Amino acid sequence: METKTNSQLAAYYAMMRRIRTFEERVGELFVRGQSAGSMLHLSIGEEAAAVGVGSSMRDGDTFTTHHRGHGVFLARGADPRLMMAEIAGKETGYCSGKGGSMHIADMKLGHLGANAIVGGGIPTVVGAGLAARHKKSDSVSVAFFGDGATGQGILYESMNMTALWQLPVLFVCINNQYGMGTRIDNATAVTDIHKRAAPFGLKGASVDGTEVESVAEIAGEMLTDARAGKPGFLVIDCYRFFGHARMDKSPYRDETEEAEGRLRDPIIKARQKLISRGEIGGDSLDEIDQQIAAEMDATIDFAANAREPQLESIFEDVYDPTTPPPEAVRDRLARILGQTQ
Amino acid sequence: MTYRDALRQALSDCMTADSNVVLIGEEVGRYGGAYGVTKGLIDEFGAERVIDTPISEPSIVGAAVGAAMSGLRPVAELMYVDFIGMTMDQLANQAAKIRYMFGGQIGVPMILRTQGGTGRSAGAQHSQSLEAYVMHTPGLRLVMPATVSDAYHLLRQSLAQPDPVVFIEHKALYSTSGELDDQVPVAPWGKAHVARQGNDLVIVTYSRQLHYAISAAKTLVKDGIEATIIDLRTLNPLDIDTIRMHVERCGHAMVVSEGVMTAGVAAELAARISEECFDFLENPVIRIAGEDIPISVSPLLETNSVPTPGLIVDAARMMLS
Repeated sequence: METKTNSQLAAYYAMMRRIRTFEERVGELFVRGQSAGSMLHLSIGEEAAAVGVGSSMRDGDTFTTHHRGHGVFLARGADPRLMMAEIAGKETGYCSGKGGSMHIADMKLGHLGANAIVGGGIPTVVGAGLAARHKKSDSVSVAFFGDGATGQGILYESMNMTALWQLPVLFVCINNQYGMGTRIDNATAVTDIHKRAAPFGLKGASVDGTEVESVAEIAGEMLTDARAGKPGFLVIDCYRFFGHARMDKSPYRDETEEAEGRLRDPIIKARQKLISRGEIGGDSLDEIDQQIAAEMDATIDFAANAREPQLESIFEDVYDPTTPPPEAVRDRLARILGQTQ
Repeated sequence: MTYRDALRQALSDCMTADSNVVLIGEEVGRYGGAYGVTKGLIDEFGAERVIDTPISEPSIVGAAVGAAMSGLRPVAELMYVDFIGMTMDQLANQAAKIRYMFGGQIGVPMILRTQGGTGRSAGAQHSQSLEAYVMHTPGLRLVMPATVSDAYHLLRQSLAQPDPVVFIEHKALYSTSGELDDQVPVAPWGKAHVARQGNDLVIVTYSRQLHYAISAAKTLVKDGIEATIIDLRTLNPLDIDTIRMHVERCGHAMVVSEGVMTAGVAAELAARISEECFDFLENPVIRIAGEDIPISVSPLLETNSVPTPGLIVDAARMMLS
């Protein structure tokens, strides 16, 4: 997406708008019954986290995400058409239709995988950090996860190893206040999550996740530190505008809270700032929005028209393709019973 | 040479040949490994490649997954297979499924070395045979060497695999001695080894129970029973062709495994043999496996919790009487 201005904030705005519009279209895909996955977790309201950190990373950096990771992947350059095709379970998608929303990955863009196990992708970046150190590369590996993952022991194991070995790693906790339906203050006695960094020997920081420039600034500093072997733990505070997944109408929180939470909108804030600073006019921003809307509309048709996987692919990629695939039940039956049905 | 020395030799040779091979685990460095397998390797290859870790099994395996995806060839060590439950998410949900979930974009060429089995009065949480957990997970290769030669060659072959390998040693075998021809493995990767040839009965086994089966077979000769013994060496891939060929010839099959019987490796092997060789079988396929109980510290109880040569002999006599 080309913006017609040199404004950095305008570029952030456009990327945040891309993420939001993409996820709105993901919702439409689901409503239209064309999403293969029933497990769709939207990051609407959390776009500044994805864009602030994602824009500050470099080519060659790697990352893992949680189940709410569409925004991070888009911020790192994902093609929304291939993402939508993957969410629809199509052969054309990033993972040939086998991964879907929660297991999307792309090695070319350094995406070592979204993860459907809370905290499951966190130690992956420890290994990536070890490899970077071993190969004397200057890449950083970033683990993105939600506040829900702060209840998992593997996070603290990985923080400890990372600090102990001074690995080029950044932990990014996107604190949207909820692990599924459980609010953060119902899951921990100490809600200042970033304070957990120091006891491990990591630099800890928290930032207002509705201010994309603030996120980008602190993320940039912490990535620079991580590259120099001083790993960190960044908590980005924001609000999950909608339910945990598409079917969740959030009965565990009241409308007042939701209404107030949705006022903490990083996109509206960026827009107001751009206009008040005179960096770009409202009409131009509307034009950007319209272009993005058209692009994202097209992803739905792209996904709907994309190729289905071949049934034969069901046994592929369990193991390396140079080795025999598992035997199908029907083939085994035919072999043992000596007949084909 | 001992089984332990053969494993160390394999690691050393692989690390010399490929600078991307790294060891990671609890006590693998300065301590030299809880069972001494990695002793001295930190002096030879340095702490950057022989990485001592905190006691954090899930992240040890998880870091190996990430390292393998990033171009290293990690060999993670899990001190006891009994701790595999701690690591099961990283092993079963991550390592085993990454190639498939990501549409074949990348594999996870890591090894998880561990050891299991009875023999040291180590109690219920340090004596188990949990290979069934691994075999039940598509995507994981499973290797269980019984001999000195296989300890060396299977570990080297495992380090050439493009997929994650769980390599389970047996704690009672570390000090056993044997010949190592470091040039020629007894069989190629994925092929079973026929350790003994006979015409009356096929005993399918692996790991320490190979030695019990050989001992039992010597006793059975006095009864006029000649057993064929198949050492599977790898449980995934599973060499069903070799099993079938010999069972069809002999008509009697017994499966011997130290893991508990119910829903175990022996159950899977027995089911396969029953399906594949039904027309050739003169008896049901018999499972000789670990009792469905935890392992005791008492040597008397421990010994009788898993198959013994005597039990194998008795079972063979009952089958063929």
